[in-house]
Amino acid sequence: MRLQLILRRVAFLILVVWAASTITFFIPRMSDRNPIRERFAELARTGGFSASDLEVIVESYNKKFGLDKPLMEQYFDYIGSVAQLDLGVSLNRFPKTVTEIIYESLPWTISLLFVSAILSFVIGNLLGAIAAWPRAPGWLRSIATPFIMFTGVPPVLLAIFLLFFLAFRLKLFPLGQAYSTGIAPDWSFGFVLNVMWHQVLPAISMILGSVGGWVLSMRGMGITIQGEDYVNFAEHKGLGGRVIFRDYYLRNALLPQVTGFALALGSLITSGSVVESLYALPGLGSKLGQAIQANDFMVIYGIVLFITMSVATLMVLVEFLYPLLDPRIKAD
Amino acid sequence: MTHVLEIRDLQVSYYTDLGRAIALNRVNLNLKAGEKLGLVGESGSGKSTMALAMMRMIKAPGRIESGSVDVDGVDLMKLSDEEMRLARLSRIAYIPQGAMNSLNPVMRIGAQMVDAIRAHIPDMRKEAMIEQCMKSLESVDLKRNVFQMYAHELSGGMKQRVCIAIGILLKPKVIIADEPTSALDVVTQRQVMETIDRVQKEMGAAVILIGHDMGLMAQFVDKVAVMYAGRLTEVSTVRDMFTTPMHPYAQALIKSLPNLKNKGVFQGIPGLAPSLLRIPTGCAFHPRCTQAMESCKTTIPEVQDHNGRLVACHLYTEGA
Repeated sequence: MRLQLILRRVAFLILVVWAASTITFFIPRMSDRNPIRERFAELARTGGFSASDLEVIVESYNKKFGLDKPLMEQYFDYIGSVAQLDLGVSLNRFPKTVTEIIYESLPWTISLLFVSAILSFVIGNLLGAIAAWPRAPGWLRSIATPFIMFTGVPPVLLAIFLLFFLAFRLKLFPLGQAYSTGIAPDWSFGFVLNVMWHQVLPAISMILGSVGGWVLSMRGMGITIQGEDYVNFAEHKGLGGRVIFRDYYLRNALLPQVTGFALALGSLITSGSVVESLYALPGLGSKLGQAIQANDFMVIYGIVLFITMSVATLMVLVEFLYPLLDPRIKAD
Repeated sequence: MTHVLEIRDLQVSYYTDLGRAIALNRVNLNLKAGEKLGLVGESGSGKSTMALAMMRMIKAPGRIESGSVDVDGVDLMKLSDEEMRLARLSRIAYIPQGAMNSLNPVMRIGAQMVDAIRAHIPDMRKEAMIEQCMKSLESVDLKRNVFQMYAHELSGGMKQRVCIAIGILLKPKVIIADEPTSALDVVTQRQVMETIDRVQKEMGAAVILIGHDMGLMAQFVDKVAVMYAGRLTEVSTVRDMFTTPMHPYAQALIKSLPNLKNKGVFQGIPGLAPSLLRIPTGCAFHPRCTQAMESCKTTIPEVQDHNGRLVACHLYTEGA
């Protein structure tokens, strides 16, 4: 039973990834821009080789990457190589492979998006739960209010605002980049600190706007749960306020929020990519942005596919995690 | 025998936007160890408010305004919040109405029992706690494996038994059961009531049984207390209450019950229960009372002892 379910989910995962890769395959191809021509045209301007040479070079690269074949044939070639986990080469930065680009930028994305997603989930839900808890002191309950005001402010706007005031005007934080120029990446304490220093503003831009959403949904959930008979009975049992809050109230109110977290991960990548490019962080998002600008469709395919795959995998993971949180749901 | 529960002048009001609603109006009640009292009355007559007031669980906008609740010689109203928390379940336990939702769906039954013990006796060894929970489950006719189960794996009757098992975990002196059988079918109702009856006899605790079901009451309690508009109107033994009710409201209540001799049309009580925001002057029942006199409209009748029966009615007041 259990194995069958896992197989079914994996099959569904493959279907999602296939559908996503098919759609992303054709969209960049609707434009007649050729990333190879664009790259060499730029070289031609600075390097000074003739227009006829350019055509020859582009022609030969088109052949090399198989871009001269009919589109459908390219599509099947692509699906075939993806199935072998080969994402191909960047058209703009060859011989760099797409896998290398993803591998390089992934740590920056994980450290920013993942950490800020988890932080805003934890902060938002805790504040929301406290805001709805009648026995919490008033000042503690009101902490959530300012966060609600930031709900709906796009992270981009916050990022620009923070950059201008805190980094540009007050010079409290660096203006961008993953780490200060002139120091070499290693695992020393100083370097890690430097990286974290650079991550503060991007993280705040990501967190500030999303905490309010969690606060609002958790507060609503909390108001429902605190009226439940089992929370009342817990008090009749003579339990301390802390135990009631944690085991009876929070645990039950958190259940739908976990589903919300899985859903939020998808939209996180979108807002994260803009924040990444604004702060010039070499993460997946800004790489994707650059690839779209250069119409480097191999990189677009690779990154979109990777994101789709990770979000879909996380969703399946949450689904398997859910029965552990709520015993009423069985995974079969 | 001394009283294990003594309620004196207990008064609770709810401060609503429409004004002050006196939900419990200077209630006095005594109960001996091992005694079972049935508390009956219409919806909104103050039964549940009384239970919550005894647990000191009245939430805003409600307020306990005066009175004392002595359990085993300790006045609960004078305890600090922390002392009251410790008194819950260990001195006075509450078995909830609607046991269907009274258990946490994401915690095992055992964990919900152990945390109750731990809240009172934090130093107790884990194994001893588990053993005490197991014994409690067995005493309400549940198997030991219920300890490992979740609420959704139990039937309604089993859930109610679990609530009873939790209620008796720390051998309280007073147990309040608030409509413990309201969502159960009649067969399960009887089984649950027999369980309460048995554990109560074993422990010698005083029980207050709140409910509407006079038939069920008649079978299980020793005394019946009738509430009307936040006041106690009559407290008598079951036999007296069902054969010779004294207060006109109690009389009307008994008359409205079906019995073997009187089949056919039953007599209802004319009128509606008064709003707690506008309780009639004098005796709250006088607008619906067939035997109302002039004095009923002006003076509130005091509860008086008539050969062991407590009645609040001018009919029995000397010289009235």
